[in-house]
Amino acid sequence: METEKDTEKPNETIAEGQIVEEAMLDPDFPREVAGEPGGEGIRRCYACGTCTAGCPVRRFHPAFNPRRIIRMVLLGMRDQVLKEPFVFLCATCYACQERCPQGVRISDVMRALKNLAVRLGNMPDVIPLQVKLLREKGTLYPLDEFDNKKRTKAGLPTLLEAHEDVGALLQELGDLGRGKEGSENPPETPQ
Amino acid sequence: MDTAYALFLGCTIPGRVRNYEQSSRAVADRLGIKLVDLEEFACCGFPLNAADHQVAESLAARNLSLAEEAGLPICTLCSSCTSALTEVSRHLAEDAHEREEVNTRLSRIQRGYKGPVKVRHFARILWEEVGLDAIRKACTRSLEGLRLAAHYGCHYLKPSEVYEGFDPVEDPRTLDELIRVTGATPVDYMSKKQCCGGSVLGADERTALEMARDKLAELKEMEVDALVVVCPFCGVMYDANQKSIEKMFEETFGLPVLYLPQVLGLAMGMDEKTLGLKSHVIKTQPVLEKLRGEGSS
Repeated sequence: METEKDTEKPNETIAEGQIVEEAMLDPDFPREVAGEPGGEGIRRCYACGTCTAGCPVRRFHPAFNPRRIIRMVLLGMRDQVLKEPFVFLCATCYACQERCPQGVRISDVMRALKNLAVRLGNMPDVIPLQVKLLREKGTLYPLDEFDNKKRTKAGLPTLLEAHEDVGALLQELGDLGRGKEGSENPPETPQ
Repeated sequence: MDTAYALFLGCTIPGRVRNYEQSSRAVADRLGIKLVDLEEFACCGFPLNAADHQVAESLAARNLSLAEEAGLPICTLCSSCTSALTEVSRHLAEDAHEREEVNTRLSRIQRGYKGPVKVRHFARILWEEVGLDAIRKACTRSLEGLRLAAHYGCHYLKPSEVYEGFDPVEDPRTLDELIRVTGATPVDYMSKKQCCGGSVLGADERTALEMARDKLAELKEMEVDALVVVCPFCGVMYDANQKSIEKMFEETFGLPVLYLPQVLGLAMGMDEKTLGLKSHVIKTQPVLEKLRGEGSS
């Protein structure tokens, strides 16, 4: 029974050679991505693969393939792209974006996909953690008294331990990072 | 040339990478650049781009508005802070509608922003505004004999559209020239432009460390004395995480990682303490020993 269940996982990233069923597609997905800031030019992609050839992540992690991800978006494979959060592997290094002959803002497309996945609750654990820190302290590595003592010793000025006003700028993120998303939608880690 | 800048440290530097901060302040001081601390500077917004681009933009704009209020351009040390703040500064200068939206969000914390605010990485200030001649004049000791590999990373140069092409993305040279001015030899190598993997760390640690390992492995073959970086994130990947990489892949590298201002500071005759050279995970002692043996003449 276990194995049967495993093979029928509907949202699994599509395997090499697997046939794309029309019923799996969401024809509105390309429009949805193009409507996100940075996603606008995605339809210009003619699948040359320059992005993938120069991608430093692709070299070490075959699940991250920018050309394939863009193709999946244009085909409308919404679930496969957003529910398996491999888009978070993008290092935002801009190598692809700088080289794209069609001017597709690939790093920005990946950012748009990450933002859409986050809205669905699919993201690596680190994201709610970072949001929590920024909401409470305004920085990812809050300083304490001890840190400031070390700074003084090193001849550096002391800095504020928290920037409480920053939290008000995070209100669009709703409950993200408040620990409420944990039980219902456990954050997935990319395979 | 602007002679005073608001120093933007970001999240990583103040608690974790003080050596970069110490050496940058010392070198700026020697070259007559005044770095002003604005204590309200917080996260640049870059890490939030994955969660919500608009919120990330609000955080960047908050910092830009602080610099605007102080009437100062921004000097950054972290490459990711540089790209986040530069992109937003440029975007808001071009898009009045977005600027209005950002101001609506900033009004929640009683702030406003007109812009644009100039944002520059410290290395770019050294290259463009101070210039090699002035730096050469400030050097009192040759680093001849040291073989140093420049690591440009990603956001020091990219996205190039926001950086006025000050250094060509596919064939960068600013860091190599800033190394050469000290008398040291900048080494050319295959993986020079490669990403450190730092921003993959949260999604997949192994992939991130594999990316960093690739460069360390090449440099080991090339017998360089140190890798030279201009971003705390890259520094953490190659220095602080080097031992984890060695353990994970069962190899040894022992490659010292220096921040560019530490290299310049050494050439300006500054001591180890001023430059924070003792607070590295991978000991910088071999570099200093080599300098004492063959360097200053």
